[in-house]
Amino acid sequence: MITLFWATALFILLGMLLCLYRAVAGPGVFNRVAAVNVIGTKTTVLLVVMGYYFERPYFFDIALLYAMINFIGTLVFAKYLERGELWS
Amino acid sequence: MVIVYGVVTALLGAGVFFTLVGSIGLLRFPDFYTRLHATGKCDTLGGGLVILGAMIYHLFQYSGTLLVIAKLAFLVFFIFIANPTATHAIMKAAYKAGVEPWCLGEERR
Amino acid sequence: MKLGERAFGILLSFGIMAAFWILLSGIFDAFHLISGLVCCSIVSIISHDLLVKGKSEKKLLKSLRLLIYIPWELWQIVLANIDVAYRVLHPKMPIDPVIIEFETTLRGEFSLVTLANSITLTPGTITILVEPARGKFLVHAIAKEPAEALLVDQTMQKKVAHVFMET
Repeated sequence: MITLFWATALFILLGMLLCLYRAVAGPGVFNRVAAVNVIGTKTTVLLVVMGYYFERPYFFDIALLYAMINFIGTLVFAKYLERGELWS
Repeated sequence: MVIVYGVVTALLGAGVFFTLVGSIGLLRFPDFYTRLHATGKCDTLGGGLVILGAMIYHLFQYSGTLLVIAKLAFLVFFIFIANPTATHAIMKAAYKAGVEPWCLGEERR
Repeated sequence: MKLGERAFGILLSFGIMAAFWILLSGIFDAFHLISGLVCCSIVSIISHDLLVKGKSEKKLLKSLRLLIYIPWELWQIVLANIDVAYRVLHPKMPIDPVIIEFETTLRGEFSLVTLANSITLTPGTITILVEPARGKFLVHAIAKEPAEALLVDQTMQKKVAHVFMET
């Protein structure tokens, strides 16, 4: 059963590497911001799976925190790209 | 017990399949707006299914402590609310900054 | 704001924050519980109107109807993902993007947010712009069929209007 979590983590890592191409070569800044948001979401899922593989229950708190940080970071980027400044 | 292992395997497999489809869509689609279609929908459900499978595994393997399951349920709920909102925010920023949408028959961007 | 509404707002935000404290810590001895109650009461007295806004009637009925609306939306999410998977993995990639615009009769804040979230999670459409003053939505659709389903049938607008009783 533990090898199932190991295989899941490997496939999620493969998905992250595919997204990395779009983060490097996307024409313009918006493609890159979208790719980084996707990598952040996959990181939280990978943290939960790793918490079960290494049998450490504290990884779930880190996953919850990183999901919130990723969400706020993407929103701040979008606000800056829309207006040209953060505070008016 | 075998039934539980089968259900967990099916959920984890479906979640990983949808996550990979989202990444392939990010590479294959010709325009920024269509790429956000692929990731905003598939990544949300893929992650939700993987965490749901892990929750069911926890319920049967560790004689379920309620607190961990509540934490994971809140994580699923948060992903279902936060991912479409972030997708909408960056799509609105791109529309206001003037990125042109792609029509059928043009070249890739 | 009247005293009754303010007390209701303070109690509701205090309850939500206390539930979060217990959920995230998991330790039930005296020191953690008392420090949690003190922190939650200070925060909820200072900033309760950020979380619980204004007044609204029949909150319980709206919450129950929202709970009934959620399984239909989950089924739409699964359909949306199967549709996107079909379009991604097909060798010819049948997409034909188009931007459409429509108006609704919803005016309340929470109902507009729910409708925008549902449009993003249903097959083939993503919300771009929302204007709260006139209820106008700008939507990017990935093919002609989901755009027609949103414009002509209007099942989703009717369901959300039924949940929030046409606010």
